[in-house]
Amino acid sequence: MDSLDEGVDAAVVRAEIRRYERRARLRNVVRRVVVFAAFVIALSLLYSGYKAVGQSIDDAQRDWPVIGSVMPATNDLIMPPISAILSEFDDPPQRRNAKTLGQFIFEASLFTAREAFFGFVAGIVLGLSLAILMLRSRTIERGLMPYVVVSQTVPLVAIAPIIVIWGQTNFGWLPFTWNAWMSVSIIATYLTFFPVAVNGLKGLQSPSAESIELMDSYAASRTQTLLKLRFPASVPYLFAALKLAASASIVGAIVGEISSGVGGGIGRLILDFASRYTTGPERLYASVAGAAVLGIVVFGLISIAERYALRGRAQENPVV
Amino acid sequence: MSTSAPVSVAVEARAASKIFSRGKPNQVVALESINLSVRQGGFVALIGPSGCGKSTLLRLMAGLVPATEGEIFVNGKAADQARRDRDYGMAFQSASLFDWRTVTRNIELPLELLGWSKDQRSKRSAEMLDLVQLSDFGDHYPNQLSGGMQQRVAIARALSFKPSILLMDEPFGALDEMTREHMQAELLRIWEDTQTSVVFVTHSIPEAVFLAQRVIVMSPRPGRIVADIDVDLGPRGFGTREDPEFFNKITEVREALRAVEVP
Repeated sequence: MDSLDEGVDAAVVRAEIRRYERRARLRNVVRRVVVFAAFVIALSLLYSGYKAVGQSIDDAQRDWPVIGSVMPATNDLIMPPISAILSEFDDPPQRRNAKTLGQFIFEASLFTAREAFFGFVAGIVLGLSLAILMLRSRTIERGLMPYVVVSQTVPLVAIAPIIVIWGQTNFGWLPFTWNAWMSVSIIATYLTFFPVAVNGLKGLQSPSAESIELMDSYAASRTQTLLKLRFPASVPYLFAALKLAASASIVGAIVGEISSGVGGGIGRLILDFASRYTTGPERLYASVAGAAVLGIVVFGLISIAERYALRGRAQENPVV
Repeated sequence: MSTSAPVSVAVEARAASKIFSRGKPNQVVALESINLSVRQGGFVALIGPSGCGKSTLLRLMAGLVPATEGEIFVNGKAADQARRDRDYGMAFQSASLFDWRTVTRNIELPLELLGWSKDQRSKRSAEMLDLVQLSDFGDHYPNQLSGGMQQRVAIARALSFKPSILLMDEPFGALDEMTREHMQAELLRIWEDTQTSVVFVTHSIPEAVFLAQRVIVMSPRPGRIVADIDVDLGPRGFGTREDPEFFNKITEVREALRAVEVP
């Protein structure tokens, strides 16, 4: 139990185990990349395959009336070829401006990411505060939780313009100038705080009765128990929530931009290209792809942070 | 507050009772007028069938649960005051280590709560690791350790701030037989090294007899003390488990337990 077999140097064995673990980690990364690439290729093939069949139906619709009604016909306007979408990234969308669409999308993504980031951080603060408040008393939990849940059933499209109008009229007392994008951040917060509050509460309540008694046996204060036991115990639950919240903050920012018309971000870009769809469907597809990449990037960042934060802990993830 | 207990007594219960949900239809009398005194440096085992309230009695001593009637004194103080003064350390059946902390930082947890400096903490945790013979494992995380090693970390944590009393609630209950016997020997060695008073809850008769100087036998609900058996086996060693006196004591405890068994 304590020592390894005699004759085998423990340090050698440990080094061997470390080497093995490093190799296993590398294999794991490679596997993920390969699976992701295969998935992207499969999706592209599916798209192109459908397009090929759908287009031939379009050409021969009079000959194949039955299939034509089951499987909607398509053409280059409805489904532009993937090659055209990809090459569009390199084309400048505006006359008299050398900036390519890819650059436009990248800059818009950064703008949206900033809105989402502030909304995300505010959502974490708000969600955790609510979780701690609900932890303090069952009565508060019972009173507050229904409203937290109901808040998520109100359509975002309905509240987004309200929040933007509030931003224009009600935040004059703030020490800094209120920008329209900050209203979009609030919309992102609205989607972000929910998973953090729900999972955060679950995580704060997760320590065993014995762990709580242990802290009581040290005469630990409530705050000490919160900081040394409940909060660290909630971290795996929080990361499960943060992965949801990070994607939700991007969605919130995009929907916020679209429904309020705030400019500069990827949501507005999507709105503009959608209104000019017939003259360039590839641009809309390209900007939607850009939004998807943004979502994947933030999800990936949280996953990396999670790995770092949970190193050393038991492997199984808590069920949410 | 009435008179306090003399200081040479580590733990004393005077006519202590515990009734849960008093006055309600689901009222449970967990403990009934318990009188017990554990001397400084003593090792006392509490044994009894499941639901006899032995764990509840331990929590009364720890000041985690108030007595319904009677009084509990720890080091001559009310149990709750002793808890605030950190007079005892506690170990549970599950090691209850924090899996996000390394072994060293688990042992240092109570010291952090007491506001010790980093230097003092790392000095003490190194001493404690030495005491439980885990010096090579300070940087490991709990899930990298075996069950027996985790329990040793829990004991090191409980003793890190040098409390005069150690309260243990079936700490070896989840271990396999061989590890368990090894841990019992370890605990006795630590007990002798540190001069700590120990109250040890168990439902294993050989464990109680091997470890304790006194075995307190309790009846099922409502929990009462039905026998108080002195065990004088001298210093324990490998031979103890084969000593005829060891078996005699096991028989004595078993008969005391059988007498209170409900059909």
